[in-house]
Amino acid sequence: MSKPYSDIPGTIVFDSDQAAVGYYLNQFCISLRLAPNREAFRADPEGYIDTFPMTAEQREAALNQEWNRLLELGGNIYYTSKLAAYHGINFQQLAGLMTGMGEDYRAMMVGGGRSIEGNRYKSEWEDK
Amino acid sequence: MAYISSGVACSHVPALGVASDKGITGDDYYGPIFRGFEFSREWMEKERPDVIFLVYNDHCTAFDARVIPTFALGCGHEYAPADEGWGPRPVPVVKGHRQLSAHIAQSLILDEFDITIMNEMEVDHGLTVPMTMMFGQPDEWPCPVVPLAVNVVQYPAPLGRRCFALGKAIRRAIESYGEDLKVCVFGTGGMSHQLQHERAGLINAEWDARFMDLLVNDPDRGAEIEHIEYLREAGSEGIELVMWYVMRGALNPNVEEIHRFYHVPASNTAVGHLILENR
Repeated sequence: MSKPYSDIPGTIVFDSDQAAVGYYLNQFCISLRLAPNREAFRADPEGYIDTFPMTAEQREAALNQEWNRLLELGGNIYYTSKLAAYHGINFQQLAGLMTGMGEDYRAMMVGGGRSIEGNRYKSEWEDK
Repeated sequence: MAYISSGVACSHVPALGVASDKGITGDDYYGPIFRGFEFSREWMEKERPDVIFLVYNDHCTAFDARVIPTFALGCGHEYAPADEGWGPRPVPVVKGHRQLSAHIAQSLILDEFDITIMNEMEVDHGLTVPMTMMFGQPDEWPCPVVPLAVNVVQYPAPLGRRCFALGKAIRRAIESYGEDLKVCVFGTGGMSHQLQHERAGLINAEWDARFMDLLVNDPDRGAEIEHIEYLREAGSEGIELVMWYVMRGALNPNVEEIHRFYHVPASNTAVGHLILENR
């Protein structure tokens, strides 16, 4: 399968391959949309997550809140953001964590966001 | 006969719904955005469509990974605002238009667009935020809505070209409906934004402006924008802009741009908005 987007830096395109690998991880995350599931996860995190047959790596990344790793392992941001919300992290704070910018992220957005210049190709990031 | 009078393009950033629901639409952060829609709410009061055909994407709410229809047409009596993890938005239930939906569903499939039919569906911020931006906070939404959910979460989203062609088929469907109805078509989502990984926060204002210019004045060309361009130039989530082409396809080749608004940022996203009237 051709993946012309694989040279975009800092981006994991949630394509069919990623979706296939991430299915149970994403279904775990989205389950936290509903309050009874959040309560079940809070009461017994490991017991709850083990009802979703994901890989050991995915399980560890989910329990340790490794946000970029979750995407690399097949997670999609609209799903992982539900796990973040469970931990009280909103979309903008989550972006701060994924970019390693923390609080500076919000200021970048107010200043017009991340420029496209220098951010189109992986080769542009290699020099950094 | 039913006819399409106008089109609206509008971002559906969830934070705008939160701002409206919390009553902070006048603060320094959100004020400039909501002021950009003041004209739009006044225009909408004059426009008074009988039905809104609203193109949006569901964010793993009605459709999680179990079922991913590329195009799903709401054919229900009503659509309740969904709980997206913080409780449902305190906005009115969206009323449907069953007869028109049924007619469009049948017409589209015979026109070779094999859409999924949704008789029961909750709707998330993708649908309710544009309603809020265009109508404010009424006790009831002023008209029924026919929703069309488009998959833009799992790559690939339908091509811009396909969305444009679907819009034309939606127009044929609406114009073959016997009752006199004035229909306004919404295309929602965008503009440039990336919510994920290390490139999160990407905004490309220059590209967004060009996208709007092409959409309005040269949609045959704009509809050919390839997925790789959306992903690279408008961010991984900016690809949802293909939905604006469903709206554009439903309008005349020549339209008048009544209003344009653009603002950075709302949360992680560039907010874009157009009102187009058929010439």
